[in-house]
Amino acid sequence: MRPLFVTGLSIASALGAGLERTFSALREGRSGLRQNDFEPFPHPTWIGRVEGLESAPLSGEFARFDCRNNRLAQLALAEDGFEQAVARARERHGAARIAVLLGTTTSGILETELAYRRGAEVESLLARRDYAATHGMFSLTEFVRRRLALEGPAATVSNACASSAKVFAQAQRLIEAGICDAAVVGGVDSLCLTTLYGFRSLELLSESPCRPCDERRDGISIGEAGGFALLEKAPRAGRGAVALLGYGESSDGYHMSSPHPEGAGALLAMSAALARAGAGTREVDYVNLHGTGTPANDRAEDAALHALFADSTPASSTKGWTGHTLGAAGIVEAAVSVLCLERGFRPGSLNTERVDPALRARVALESEQRPLERVLSNSFGFGGNNCSLLFGRAA
Amino acid sequence: MMKVHLHGVGVAGSGLEGWAACREVLAARAPWSGQALRVPAPAILPAAERRRCNAASRLALAAAEDALAGCEWPLAELATVFTSADGDGAVTHALCESFAAPEPDVSPTQFHNSVHNAPAGYWGIATKSKRPSTSIAADQDSFAAGLFEAAVQATLDRGPVLLVAFDLPLPHPLALMRPRSHDFAAALLLSGEPRGRPLASLALRLEPGAAPSALPAGLGALADNPAARALPLLSALAHGGTAEIRLGAVGARQLAVRCER
Repeated sequence: MRPLFVTGLSIASALGAGLERTFSALREGRSGLRQNDFEPFPHPTWIGRVEGLESAPLSGEFARFDCRNNRLAQLALAEDGFEQAVARARERHGAARIAVLLGTTTSGILETELAYRRGAEVESLLARRDYAATHGMFSLTEFVRRRLALEGPAATVSNACASSAKVFAQAQRLIEAGICDAAVVGGVDSLCLTTLYGFRSLELLSESPCRPCDERRDGISIGEAGGFALLEKAPRAGRGAVALLGYGESSDGYHMSSPHPEGAGALLAMSAALARAGAGTREVDYVNLHGTGTPANDRAEDAALHALFADSTPASSTKGWTGHTLGAAGIVEAAVSVLCLERGFRPGSLNTERVDPALRARVALESEQRPLERVLSNSFGFGGNNCSLLFGRAA
Repeated sequence: MMKVHLHGVGVAGSGLEGWAACREVLAARAPWSGQALRVPAPAILPAAERRRCNAASRLALAAAEDALAGCEWPLAELATVFTSADGDGAVTHALCESFAAPEPDVSPTQFHNSVHNAPAGYWGIATKSKRPSTSIAADQDSFAAGLFEAAVQATLDRGPVLLVAFDLPLPHPLALMRPRSHDFAAALLLSGEPRGRPLASLALRLEPGAAPSALPAGLGALADNPAARALPLLSALAHGGTAEIRLGAVGARQLAVRCER
């Protein structure tokens, strides 16, 4: 496929707002995880929480979109000159030629959950809520589209933890079909009770900071994050020449909440991403794993990785830094991949002490400073969705 | 401008049990009863998933199966696009109620049923499909956004794409935010290249302004169900000939469709 250049990029996660804070934390091996202090929750767990959202309401014409999820979107939009990059793209292409495709899994559900906790007040609280602008799945995309004054095709993609990876594929198709010249992609997911209690019910929540691929790994740490990328057909001065070179999507068709044990769907997604880019496995310098830290995910992903790369390509999960940001994991790890390519840095797996001897791929524990040409990023989700994105320097 | 071919239509909703029955109502040969549809657990699912699957998945899969009755492709070869404004409100409500209890007790099944792509996941299990699946939401315009995405995929990849649009009433107190009376789901099987004898061809384009086409006469009670925005297209199919319709916003513009059969 024709490469799509990343001409704008921004991120906000437990590592802080902006690419510089994100990269400093990566380089210094500083995790953003902390013991849960979000909402009263009877089980010990660690979370990747974004600071300051409670005191940053949306105001003015955007007040109706106010909820934790959209506050996190706002925080990310304001970083890294992203809004300015979009404004320049709008001048180049026209507002109707730029799509807005964003992933989320729980949108603004938190405030509805909290309303239910207020007993008899729930009715009056909910009756006052602007459902479409806050709780609804499209709330995020409509907020961002209006904030950026864009008029191109807009949709929320909600494929669980693959959501904000799949939007890159969608953007590529719209541009390839000649419908758009550029796209704002990304996603936001914020902390809420649904995911804390939900992952606990599946016994997938670790009591300690998550340890992807560790022999003692016992589950995820939930994080929240928001991030955006501007994709265009030509590179721009300012950002480097990193582009989306390929994508691959597949389904497991196996189970609602467990991955295919041999990682069959994951293998298809990774292979398709390489094929679309016309790249061989030896041209990939680093794989940013989905690497959630659950026994089943890391085992299945390892099987797929080993089938494709044997033990030749270093791989790691960065969820020890950010936690599993669910519907935002795709954009968070896409941003990490772009940063790594731009700055010649290959992260290890933070918190992981000893790689599970049953895993056969090459899991890197230590980070290293070294030039990278191509990075593959994996995102998998409930319902058996897999998406792999290949980023690299385009000629 | 995109052109795609339509190979199958499926419907499930209040007073509209299947495309054949829906066509009679749309052609004014039968009245719309508005009677709630009782959707059985999909026979296509393995027993365990049949027990676990939620109302939204049952409704969506009923429309999908209806559309694929004479499908010329193996079901595992279909890419899928599922679209819904609100997913499954009953599951959201049950989860929120449990969080309000002194000792919240959430079941794993409830949690995995809460994801927006739950119907797509069940469909994947039913068909053992490895093909990509995308789950979309665009509030009142979810049908237009889903059709648009399905058409883009069919045009670029040439292969068959199954589109399923569904929305259900939300229970109280969620209904205070979003009132809705009726279930509705529609499914369309599309392809970029014709195969066999397509039912119709659809030419899609985005154009400024203009509101979506009104719902067919007698079906106004479905106006608060975003999936029912499919009805003007279904009506055009039921009546034959050529029709120009607008199905809702995709971004700031309307999705206009020229339907020829």
